[in-house]
Amino acid sequence: MFDNAYEALTEEGDARWAFGTGFADPLSGVDTTVPSGVDGAELAAYCLMLGDDALIMSHRLQEWCTRAPELEDEVAIANIGLDLLGQARLLLARAGKADGTDRGEDEFAFLRTEQAFRNVRLVEVGNADFAFSMARLLVFATWRLALLQRLVDSVDPVLAAIAAKGVKEVAYHRDYAARWVVRLGDGTELSHQRMQNGLTAVWPYVGELFTGHPVESRIGVDPAELRAEFDAVLAQVLTAATLQLPETPALATVLGRSGRDGVHTEEMGYLLAELQSVARAHPDATW
Amino acid sequence: MVISGAREVAETVTDPELPMLTLAELGVLREVEVGQGGRVVVSITPTYTGCPAMDTMRDDLDARLREAGYSEVEIRVVLTPAWSTDWITPSGRRKLAEAGIAPPGPAPRRASGPVPLTLVPPAQLVRCPLCGSPDTVLQSEFSATACKALRRCRSCAEPFEHVKEI
Repeated sequence: MFDNAYEALTEEGDARWAFGTGFADPLSGVDTTVPSGVDGAELAAYCLMLGDDALIMSHRLQEWCTRAPELEDEVAIANIGLDLLGQARLLLARAGKADGTDRGEDEFAFLRTEQAFRNVRLVEVGNADFAFSMARLLVFATWRLALLQRLVDSVDPVLAAIAAKGVKEVAYHRDYAARWVVRLGDGTELSHQRMQNGLTAVWPYVGELFTGHPVESRIGVDPAELRAEFDAVLAQVLTAATLQLPETPALATVLGRSGRDGVHTEEMGYLLAELQSVARAHPDATW
Repeated sequence: MVISGAREVAETVTDPELPMLTLAELGVLREVEVGQGGRVVVSITPTYTGCPAMDTMRDDLDARLREAGYSEVEIRVVLTPAWSTDWITPSGRRKLAEAGIAPPGPAPRRASGPVPLTLVPPAQLVRCPLCGSPDTVLQSEFSATACKALRRCRSCAEPFEHVKEI
């Protein structure tokens, strides 16, 4: 089509590049009518919660690129991050259609302030070491898989479709994390200790996953319902990994408010500063 | 000028990351409808939610149909039912194998209820697409793209990719 690569690069208005910004709306052509009897604003708020969980978790996973212990894990973690980024794109786009503002995914991801993010605090904390990251991924994927499985029957057909695809993906994520937790936990004395430490450090963020926000039980799934399944899977992994269930107390809330209310830990600000830096430096730029 | 049927044209478009396969063979091309006045509506579905090739697929379909004389083209994304490797056609499977990528087996049929945890990857017979040996081992369930796993052949010692069943 072009005589040389330079000509292809400089062609104006070209949207054929797979990797870059200026992506087409990921819900293009999907019927995004809000079902009757559903409050669009509530549906949007719920999609933001689930979308932000995926977006911020994806960002923390991407930080392992170039730093993972082996090339295979580098590729695996990047792929898991990409799956979650894909889920985030659909969920944020769904939010913009549901609340009637028609805001796109980029506006939600790059132009909101910290207080407007609705992710649980589990996903925003810095990576510490590989054991911590695998413990977090195990907790996150176990919780999210249980949630997505129930959302397959959502009143919103778009959310139901996103969940049905997500179930297949997150099942792989959970297996990946669980196998690392077992390998390290049931490994050497040192790897066992570090895996136990990682799990213990993640544990204060677990309670928040099941307390939830009133919007969740009204429009989606009451996260309290997920606890039994979560506990059963964790018990199965920890037994195989010869690890102890931590007893670390839950991280305090701020007058009962936490991630779902826009109250985040100190590390969230630094994360967003990096995530949003290019978009804020060059508003509305596409390339 | 319409030189050939819209479906036939759309079926010639190949996947950007697996260029030996058409989107039809991959099961990504779901529907091609020609409406009044020659307006073409093409429905595609992503393999994985994060698949970064969707935009390229959309643009390639659009460009190919316009070249073929269709001036009004709409590309729609359909999310449901979710893509399954069972939709890869027999010719698609043969082309994958010829390109050194082991085709998928049947997708798992999950019963209702919680998805079971698999702490040990289930033993799976995957033949090496290079030498044909059945003696291959899983290296990683994630490879160069989300839809493939990485395996190694113990007979010829070569690594190869395997489209994982979903």
